[in-house]
Amino acid sequence: MKKTLIMAGIFSSLIISSAAQARDTLSLAGSSTVLPFARIIAEQLGKNPNFKTPVVESGGSSVGKKGVCDGVGTKFIDIGNASSRMKAKELAYCEKNGVKLTEIKVGYDGIVVANSKKGAPLNISKAHLGMALTAKIPACYEGSGRSYNCEEWIDNPFKKWSDIDASLPDIEIRVYGPPTTSGTRASYAEMVNQKGYCGKEKIAKAASAARGDKKGKKCRAMRTDGVFIEAGEQDNLIVQKLNEDTSSYGIFGFSYLDQNSDTLQGAVISKTAPTFENIAGNNYSVSRALYYYVKHQHIGVVPGMKEYMAEWTKHWGNDGVLSDAGMIPMPKSERAKYKSAMSSLPVLTAADLKK
Amino acid sequence: MNKKRITPLEATNSVKKSIVKRRSKDNRLKLYGRIAIGLAVCFLLFLFYSIFTKGFPGFFQYYVTLDINFDRERIDPKGDLSDNSLFDGEASKIVNESLFSIIEPKGRKAKKQAKKIVSSGKDVRIAKMVKNDPSLFGTITKVKFALDDDIDSFLRGYIKRETPESERRVSDKVIGFVDKLNQDGRITYEFSDYILKGSASGNPEMAGIKGAFIGSMLTLSVCLLISFPLGVATAVYLEEIAKKNRITEFIEVNINNLAAVPSVVFGIMGLAIFISIFGMPRSIPLVGGMVLALMTLPTIIISSRAAIRAVPPSVRDAAYGIGASKLQVIFHHVIPLAMPGMLTGTIIGMAQALGETAPLLMIGMVAFIVDIPNSVMDPGTVLPVQIFMWADFAERMFIQKTSAAIIVLLGFLISMNALAVYLRKKLERRW
Repeated sequence: MKKTLIMAGIFSSLIISSAAQARDTLSLAGSSTVLPFARIIAEQLGKNPNFKTPVVESGGSSVGKKGVCDGVGTKFIDIGNASSRMKAKELAYCEKNGVKLTEIKVGYDGIVVANSKKGAPLNISKAHLGMALTAKIPACYEGSGRSYNCEEWIDNPFKKWSDIDASLPDIEIRVYGPPTTSGTRASYAEMVNQKGYCGKEKIAKAASAARGDKKGKKCRAMRTDGVFIEAGEQDNLIVQKLNEDTSSYGIFGFSYLDQNSDTLQGAVISKTAPTFENIAGNNYSVSRALYYYVKHQHIGVVPGMKEYMAEWTKHWGNDGVLSDAGMIPMPKSERAKYKSAMSSLPVLTAADLKK
Repeated sequence: MNKKRITPLEATNSVKKSIVKRRSKDNRLKLYGRIAIGLAVCFLLFLFYSIFTKGFPGFFQYYVTLDINFDRERIDPKGDLSDNSLFDGEASKIVNESLFSIIEPKGRKAKKQAKKIVSSGKDVRIAKMVKNDPSLFGTITKVKFALDDDIDSFLRGYIKRETPESERRVSDKVIGFVDKLNQDGRITYEFSDYILKGSASGNPEMAGIKGAFIGSMLTLSVCLLISFPLGVATAVYLEEIAKKNRITEFIEVNINNLAAVPSVVFGIMGLAIFISIFGMPRSIPLVGGMVLALMTLPTIIISSRAAIRAVPPSVRDAAYGIGASKLQVIFHHVIPLAMPGMLTGTIIGMAQALGETAPLLMIGMVAFIVDIPNSVMDPGTVLPVQIFMWADFAERMFIQKTSAAIIVLLGFLISMNALAVYLRKKLERRW
């Protein structure tokens, strides 16, 4: 009996003592779009015998931004990856928990609408793309078959692409895309539904203003009537579906189109094709920046934070391994700016986010 | 109204008639059963067929053989074979030089493309070789290096020569280089030494399941160490010692409920208790094993209780009759006799735990982890998570690797279940 008591004591004290031990592996989480790039950097850092390979979790941008803000201490992650910028609300959560962050932009990623090469190529304007997938639209479009009251918002009635514009393919609208936790989804909804459609297209712009939503934020919601299909945080799944179902389209990051360029074709959006050059040259309009957020309080506590950041600067250039993997590099001036931010570590404030 | 009496002959006839009907009903039932089983077998065969045809190529990959000049000055500049010294060395440059001497690329751009033909794990490979065998220094030895995943896909025929150059990931120039290597007979297709011995990697040609496999083993052993003793003890207490009253009934109902709780809930609980309150690190097999133990406990308790109940009371009575104490009855008779049932339940619970990813998501084990865990305190991941992650990676070669990993996981599961069957057959006793 005594023996078992002693054993139990040793066992529990082992657990407690090890729990108090500081973590020596960098821990990251967040956007599944940043993940492939972060894991390349993590692996490169792991080659250095002085550091362990960082642990990179996925989960989506919101998980990254929330996770890094959850608090200070080694039980929380050190760096949050995100493919959409932090919002004021998310930063407020950080400040509430006493977390100080530095924002590092690492590159860009284009969001593409693509389909199988066997299907009809799509050449569409951003406004029309928004019109196809926004949950509610004004009721006064040709072919929508509803009342012609432009200030009334109805559930999106369009069934076929050709209902929107005769130049578009005569097939049913069916688009696979990421779920709400995804930064890709958030960026797409903001750039296409909100800015491209409700912010540009005359009828929707007027109707948005009429309902007191000048910025068109209400347009961000995607259709839920089975036309837009959430396919989970698994972009590869969408790619597979597109190869099987040639009449459907998918929304995902450029790197997946890049890897599958022999079977998939990207839709030409507002007269620009999603190519590496177009996204890098800022011609392709549906692209977003990729970020990671570094927690100040963990620098020096968890080994390898600074080195991890520095590792990015070695590979994020025009012909580094990251661009091979499909990330679009930043222009030189931006690279210089964020490289210096890695050493000066400016604290992210709400004012910065407005810029 | 009198019931009409029927003659024996009529009775035989009517029975004969009905017997045909009843038999055909019988046969139909049999047929339905066979169809059901046939369908299940078909699905199973289809699953196995698709996994094995896709997965077997995943165990193989293309290699290129190069002559490497093991120059100690350059590979091991400090001369002490330490990790740091090898890291500072220029092994990859040596490999590139050897490659260039064969394919002779002209110009900076061609050289850059040529460099990518050989997997980026080349320097690690050389470092490993000289560490194992320092006598290699000073020799020129033929060494096999994995080819980059794009080249591998090209050689397998997934990337086709006919596709226009702009649409494929391998340029005409690189295809020319590969053809040259092929003519020299330097490219071979053989059993991959990465898939079983390598760890997670962003480069599919170097990715392997060792890290996840060891992570699975560590997690499962923690799980077993916690859940088996606890589960058996609970079952014994509830069946043999505790009085049957409201409280035990309440506990019983709750255990049964717990068995039906979705596994992700245990993960959330693990996050709240083990990580947030106890402050344990994320992503470690210790926490993963504890969470999975909570999940498997109900399974073990329920099956153990059933096993204990199946021990005939006469055994207990006989033991009491010759003056055994309660403890002696339980430990000398009831537990040994109930062991086969308990073990079967435990192994099935373990097999279930082996395939779980949902509870591990919350505690950070669904992650890209390269380093192979040495203990339950090092970050680690498990096999199903590895499969899940590979399935999502953009690189084409991961498709085969995923199926290969599924084969390994299936093998693991089948052997665990076979062990359960074997133990049951071996230890089972009939009364």
